Amino acid sequence: MKKLTKWIADGTPWVWLNAAAVSASILLVVGLLILIGARGMGHFWPLPVTKIIYQQADESQVMLAGQIREQEQITARRLRESGVEVAQGSEHVRRYLLKVGNRDINGEDFRWLLEPSIISTSKPYSMVVFERQEWGVFIGLLIGVREDGKLLESADVWGEFQRNLGRVNQLRDEIEDLEKGSIGGVNYRLERLRLKQRGLEMDGSDTVQALAGIASERDELQQEYVRLEGQLGNLYSQLQRDAVVVTTASGRELELPMATIVDAYRPNQMDLADKIGYFFHNAWKFVADDPREANTEGGIFPAIFGTVLMVLLMSVFVTPLGVVAAVYLKEYAHQGLFTRFIRIAVNNLAGVPSIVYGVFGLGFFVYTLGGSIDQLFFREALPAPTFGTGGLFWAALTMALLTLPVVIVSTEEGLSRIPRSIREGSLALGATKWETLWRTVLPMASPGIMTGLILAVARAAGEVAPLMLVGVVKLAPALPLDANAPFLHLERKFMHLGFHIYDVGFQSPNVEAARPLVYATALLLVIVIVLLNLVAIQVRNRLSERYRGLET
Amino acid sequence: MNSALKAGPAAIAPRSERFHKWRSRKDKLARGLIALGGFVVIAAVLLILFYLLYVVVPLFLSASMERSELGVRPQWQGERTAFLALEEQQQVALRVNFNAEAEFFKLDGLQIIESVSLAEKGQKVAVVAGNPGNGGLVAVAFENGKVRLFRHSYKTDFSLGVVLRQIVPSLDYPYGNDLYDLMPDGGITGLAVADSETALVIAAAADGGRVGLSWNEKEESFLSGEVTLQTTLRSMTADFSITAIAVSENHRWLYLGDDTGRVHFIAIDGMREMQAVQVSAVGISRMSMLLGGISVLAGDAGGQITQLFPVRDADNQYRLEIIRRFDAQQSAITEIVPEQRRKGFIALDASGNLAIYHSTAGRVVLQQQLSNGQPTAMALAPRASGLLLLNQNGGADFMRINNEHPEVSFASLWSKVWYENYSQPEYIWQSSASSNEFEPKFSLTPLAFGTLKASLYAMLFALPLALMGAAFTAYFMSPGLRRMVKPTIEVMAALPTVILGFLAGLWFAPYLEENLAGILALVLVIPAGLLVFAWFWTNAEGRFKALVPEGWEPLLLLPVLIVLVMISMQLAGPLQDLFFQGDLRTWLSREAGISYDQRNALVVGCAMGFAVIPTIFSIAEDAIYSVPKSLSDGSLALGATPWQTLVRVILPTASPGMFSAVMIGLGRAVGETMIVLMATGNTPIMDWNLFEGMRTLAANIAVEMPEAAMHSSHYRILFLAALVLFLFTFVVNTGAELIRQRLREKYSSL
Repeated sequence: MKKLTKWIADGTPWVWLNAAAVSASILLVVGLLILIGARGMGHFWPLPVTKIIYQQADESQVMLAGQIREQEQITARRLRESGVEVAQGSEHVRRYLLKVGNRDINGEDFRWLLEPSIISTSKPYSMVVFERQEWGVFIGLLIGVREDGKLLESADVWGEFQRNLGRVNQLRDEIEDLEKGSIGGVNYRLERLRLKQRGLEMDGSDTVQALAGIASERDELQQEYVRLEGQLGNLYSQLQRDAVVVTTASGRELELPMATIVDAYRPNQMDLADKIGYFFHNAWKFVADDPREANTEGGIFPAIFGTVLMVLLMSVFVTPLGVVAAVYLKEYAHQGLFTRFIRIAVNNLAGVPSIVYGVFGLGFFVYTLGGSIDQLFFREALPAPTFGTGGLFWAALTMALLTLPVVIVSTEEGLSRIPRSIREGSLALGATKWETLWRTVLPMASPGIMTGLILAVARAAGEVAPLMLVGVVKLAPALPLDANAPFLHLERKFMHLGFHIYDVGFQSPNVEAARPLVYATALLLVIVIVLLNLVAIQVRNRLSERYRGLET
Repeated sequence: MNSALKAGPAAIAPRSERFHKWRSRKDKLARGLIALGGFVVIAAVLLILFYLLYVVVPLFLSASMERSELGVRPQWQGERTAFLALEEQQQVALRVNFNAEAEFFKLDGLQIIESVSLAEKGQKVAVVAGNPGNGGLVAVAFENGKVRLFRHSYKTDFSLGVVLRQIVPSLDYPYGNDLYDLMPDGGITGLAVADSETALVIAAAADGGRVGLSWNEKEESFLSGEVTLQTTLRSMTADFSITAIAVSENHRWLYLGDDTGRVHFIAIDGMREMQAVQVSAVGISRMSMLLGGISVLAGDAGGQITQLFPVRDADNQYRLEIIRRFDAQQSAITEIVPEQRRKGFIALDASGNLAIYHSTAGRVVLQQQLSNGQPTAMALAPRASGLLLLNQNGGADFMRINNEHPEVSFASLWSKVWYENYSQPEYIWQSSASSNEFEPKFSLTPLAFGTLKASLYAMLFALPLALMGAAFTAYFMSPGLRRMVKPTIEVMAALPTVILGFLAGLWFAPYLEENLAGILALVLVIPAGLLVFAWFWTNAEGRFKALVPEGWEPLLLLPVLIVLVMISMQLAGPLQDLFFQGDLRTWLSREAGISYDQRNALVVGCAMGFAVIPTIFSIAEDAIYSVPKSLSDGSLALGATPWQTLVRVILPTASPGMFSAVMIGLGRAVGETMIVLMATGNTPIMDWNLFEGMRTLAANIAVEMPEAAMHSSHYRILFLAALVLFLFTFVVNTGAELIRQRLREKYSSL
C-alpha cells in the first residue's frame, strides 16, 4: 500500500498517462491511414460472388447473388424493435451487406441479409460481374452472345464475349476520339467564329468582306461537322450491333446490349494471381478513366488532371513571389520594428482560415478583376462571363496567395541557416550583393525553397474550401488543356480530387454505392500528400545536416 | 570583344570600368526589383484585409436622397391627387384625380402620354387604394359607394433601338369592368384591397362606422385557365369612428384604426372583432400593410408608427401583437408607402417630414424635411430607388434614393429579432427563399455560437492529447523514438481536412451512432486501464522491463490501448443493459429527452480535434523542448522526481509557449470549413447539446457564398463573416506569436 502511495506521489502515473497521449495520437494517425488504405484498396479487389437462397420476411424464398461488402453483429433487441422476428434466446445476430447490383431490375444496389434467414450459400464457378455504363453492375450468368441479332453457336461463350468486348471497347475509344477531338475542335472553332462576328458587330467594323470571310469559314466548318457526324453515326450503329444474353440469379433471362458493357470478370474462377492482376487493372482504370454515372462509377482522371494543373500553375506564381519576398525581408529590408511586424503578419497569414482566401478570391479576383477583364477583352461573349466566373487561373492565384506564407517562411529559414561567413567571403572577393545572392546564397538556400514549395504544393492539393468558391466543379465538360489553340484554357472550370471526395461522398444521389470510390479517391490523395510531406521532411533534414558543419 | 582587341591594351581599362558599371547597375536593378517584389507581396497581404473591408463597409453606410425638380404643370395647380404610382424604369408615372381621370405622364417634362376615364362623366372619386403586394392593381371608390378595379402595366418598346426605348403604359380591367357596390349609401372614407391566387378582397370603411367588404373567391377553369370570381358581400357596423383600414394578404383579417389610438383586429370570416389593441394615446391617422401582407403598420396623429402582426399563441389562437415602434416623426402621419421588394417603408407626416424605415432592422434609415412644402401625393418606384412627389403648386419633384442595405443594423445582426410568423423574438439565420416577400433573417449569432461550440468541443478533445503528448515527447521520450514521432505528427498535420471530414461524416458518425456507449466508455476505461497496467508494469520483474527501455513507453502502450478499446466496446453491451435499458442511443432520446443527430458536435469535436492536435502538439513541444537543460538539471539534483521537475519547473517556464500553442490551435479550429461542412447537418441552431449539430461561420460561407448575388446584402454579410474570421484569427495568432517571441528572448537570456 505504501508503495502505491509513493508511486502516486512520485507522479509516475501521470508520466504514463502522458506517454499514452503520444500513443493515442500515433494510434489515431496510423489507424486512420490503415482505414483509408484498406477501404480504398478494397475498391479494386475483385470480391467473389456468393449465391444465396434467402428466406424473406413473408416466408417466401428468393435466390440472390452478389458480393458481400460488410458484415456486423447487431443486438437482437434492435431488430425486434424495428419489427423483425428473431428466434428467442439469441442475443446477437450477424448480418451481411450484399451488393446485388442489377439496379435496373431490383431498384437498389444493396441488401442487408440476416444470417438466420440464409438457407444456403454457394459460389458458382460461372458467375459474372458486368460493369456497365449505367445502372451500376450486373451480376448474373452469361448465356450467349448475339451478334447482329443471331445467337452465336460456340462452345466458348466467354471467349466470344471477350472478343466482342475488345471490339466494343475499341469502337468506344474511336467514338471518344472523334467526339472530344475532331468534333470538339470544330465546335470550338465555330464558337470562336460566332464570338468574332459578334465582336465585329459591336465594334461597328462588320464590313461585308469580313462577314463573308466568316461565313465561308463557317460553311467549311459546318461541312466538316456534317462529315464527322456521319462518321460518328456509323460508329454508333456498329457499337449497337451486338448484345449478350444473361440470366439473373433468380433465373430471369434478359439481353444486355454490348454497347452498355464496360468490363466483365468472373471472380469465382480467379486464383490469387488473377485477382492481383485484376486489382492492378482496376487501379489503372481508376486513375486513367473518365467518371461515369454522376461521378459514382468509373475513374477520376479529370480530377487528377485538374489538381495537378492547378498546383503547377500555382507553383509558377508562388515560387518567385515567395522567394523574392523572403529575400527582401531577410537580405535587403532594414531589420527593425517594421520588418518584425511584417514577419509576424506573414506568419499569421498561414493561420487565416482558408475559406477567407476563397471569399477574397471570389470577390477580388473573380468578380472585380475577372469582371473588368471581361468588359475589356471579352465583350463579345457577355453576358456569359469568360473570366468573370470561377476558373483555373483564379483558383491558382487564390491558392498561390494561400500558400505564399509557407514559401516565405521556409525560404527565410533556409536563408537564415546560411552562415554569415559565406556572404562575407563572397563580398570580400569583390562580388556585388546581387552576385553574392545569385551565385552563393540562393543556391545554398535552394533546399529551403524546395521544402517550402513542396509543402505549398501539398497544402494546395488538399485544400478544398476556397476552391469551391473560385472555380472547382463536380463535372467539367472539357479539360483545361486540349488540342485547340491556345491549348491552355485558363478560364475553364476544372475538377479537383478533394472536391471530388466532398461531392461524391455528400452530394451524390447514391452515396452508398459511391462510397468505395470515395475511399479510393481519398487514398490516392493521402498517398500523394503524405509522400510530398515525407519528401519535404527529408529535404529539410538533409539541409540541416549539410550546414551543421558550417555553423560551428 | 572584337572591338577591344582592335583598340589594343589602352582600351582595357574603360572596358573593365564599363563592366563594373554594368555590374553595379545590375546590382541596383536587382535591389530595386526585389524591393518591389517584396512590397508587392506585402501589399497583397494588406489587400486581403482592405478588400474585405471595402465590401463590408457599404453595409453600414447611411442612406441618402437627392432631389431633382421635374418642373411645374399648371393644370395640376390646386387640383387634388387621389392616387400616384411610378413604374420600374422611373420614366412614366400614373396619376388619378378626383374626377376619375387616370393620366399617364412622362417624368421628363411632365407631359401627359395617355389619359383614361375610369367612370362616366360627373362621377367623383372618394378614395383610391393600391395593392402593395400586386403592384399594378388599384381600387377606386366613387362617391356613390361603388368600387372599380383596374390595373396599370408597362411595356418597353425597343423598336427605335436600345437607346431610344420607350415605355408604353396600358390600363386594363383584369376582373372585368363591373362595379362592386360596397356601400349603397355612399360616403366611403377608407379603402383596402388584397389580391392573391385564391381570392380577392376589397374592403371599404364609411362614416358612422360602416364597413363593407367584397369577398371574391377565385375559380380557375381547367380548360381555358380563365379566372371567374364568386362574389359575396359582407358588412358590419363598428361602434367607433374608423380612421384607417387594411386587409391582410391571406384574406383572413381586417384591421381598422380608430380615433382613440386603437387597432381593431377583425376576422373577415364572420366579420367579428377579436381584439382591440391600444397602440397609442392619440388617434390612428394612417395604416398600411407591409410587403407580404402579414404586418400592419399603424401611424398615429403624434407621428409614431407601430408595427403589428398576428401571433399564434399556445392555444393556437391568433393574437395581434405590437412588434416594434418607430418614433422618428413628430406630426401626424399622412402617408405610409411600403416598398415592393423589401420589408421597408416610407412615411410622410403633416409637417412635410419624410422618413425611410426598415421593419426587420427596426431602424430609421433616413429622415429628411422636404423643402418644397407638404406634397399632395407620393409614389415609390418598385425597386425603392426613387420617389415621386407632387407639390401643391402643380410641380413635381423626383428624389433619387440610395438605400442599398436597410435590413442590416448591429441589432439585426447580433440581437434577437421578432420576425414575421414567429411567436417571439429569436436569433435566426435564414438568408434566402424563393419569393420576394420572404423576410431575410440575418442573425450572425447562431453562426458565431456554432463556431464557438464546434471549436470548444474540438479543443476538449485535442488539448489533453496534444499537451500531454507534447510534454512526454519533449521531456521524457528517448531521442530515437522522438525522431519517429515528430514526422508522424507532421504527416497528421498534412492530412487534408476534406478527408477528415469525409471519414467523420461517412464512417465515424454512423459508427458512433451504433457504438455510442462503447465510445463514451473509453473516457473512463482508458485512463483506468492504463493506470492499472502501469502499476503492474512498475512492479513487474526486471527482465520484462528490460524489454522496453526508458523513454520508449508509448510503443509499449500501443497494444495496451488497442486492448483497452476492445474491452470498452465489449463492456458497452452489459453496461447499457444495466443502466440504459439496453441501448444508450434510444435511452437518450426516449428517457432523457436529448435529441440525437447522426452528425453531431461529438463527431465534429473528434474530427476537428484530430485536425488541431498536430498544430498544438508541435508548438507546445517546441516550447517545452527548448527550456534550458540547466533548469531541469538543477531541479533533479535537488532531489525532485522527473514528474515533479516537469510540473513545477519546466511547464511553468514553458507555459506562455503552451498558451500560444492553444491559441493557434483555437484559431485553426474556428476557421476550419470542410470538417464542419461534412460532419454536421449544418443547421443553424443554438444548443450546447453534444449530440446535435451546428452551423459555423466558415461552413456557412462555403454553403451560401456561391449563391449570393454580387453586392446584395447577403453577399456583404457573408463578407462580414469572413472579415470576422480573418480578424479573429489574425488577432489570436499575433498575440500567440508575440508571446512566443518574448519566450524565445527569455530562454536565450537564461
